Amino acid sequence: MFRVIATFVFAFLVYLAVTWSLDPASVLIGAAASLAAAVAMRPLELEVAPLLLLPHRLLFAVIYVPVLLWYVIRANLDVAYRVIHPKLPIRPGIVKARTTLKTAAARVLLANSITLTPGTLTVDLVGDALYIHRIAVPEKEPEAEMQRSIEHFEGFIRRILE
Amino acid sequence: MTEWTFGTVAAAVVMAAGALFNLLGCIGLVRLPDVYNRVQASTKCVTLGTLLLLTGVIILFGFGSMGVKALVCLWFVAMTSPTAAHAIGRAAHRSGIRLWEKSVCDEYAKDREGAVEAPAGSPPAEEVAR
Repeated sequence: MFRVIATFVFAFLVYLAVTWSLDPASVLIGAAASLAAAVAMRPLELEVAPLLLLPHRLLFAVIYVPVLLWYVIRANLDVAYRVIHPKLPIRPGIVKARTTLKTAAARVLLANSITLTPGTLTVDLVGDALYIHRIAVPEKEPEAEMQRSIEHFEGFIRRILE
Repeated sequence: MTEWTFGTVAAAVVMAAGALFNLLGCIGLVRLPDVYNRVQASTKCVTLGTLLLLTGVIILFGFGSMGVKALVCLWFVAMTSPTAAHAIGRAAHRSGIRLWEKSVCDEYAKDREGAVEAPAGSPPAEEVAR
């Protein structure tokens, strides 16, 4: 019951923000739609939602955004360089890495973070193994290098979601 | 005419950077060899480009009716785009589209050996990608 109410409040707030209007008809439709969405979402297990309300986890979530953004921009410049270089210096391949994160939500956030960082694309997640396509696989120790960059993300994600 | 204030100049710079990343993503889409590399260029340079364009909108209009819509779009694009890229890559691999012939390794195929083999006589990745 608590989850339905929380989902309703969140959906309704997003609706109000998007429509940006307090017209009674609009608000009424928004309330009905939010309620329908909240009831429809009931079967979904969202074990992470209450965790995110803890202040120190929220703090790390807020810090994580600029950290991730910095990686995204830096890696984008790298891909841009490779794409416009006349010789197209790429060395693609799929490498495997392992994660120590336990919960499904944390693993999904890790996989999405890796995918958002250009040059790396999570192709599949099987158990604790991540299969990552890279535009440029390093010549030396490709697995160890990938493992290191994953551990960097893991440190943050563990503090947010585990 | 639009006034040249700090806000409009900042918005213009951010939006120009966004358009540039979108362009680079499209160049990558044309130049890179196989599905996997192309998905990377097209979804991610373009994600950053779109996020920058939406950020420009927020700078220009502030958190009014327009800015909040842009912020919500920003969140949705940031969440759904990597998920879609992953889904395309996984579906391509599972339906037997091979990596570019100069790719250096494929641990995924090694671990999935015998699961789904590319049907005999299926075209190489290069042709499928087009």
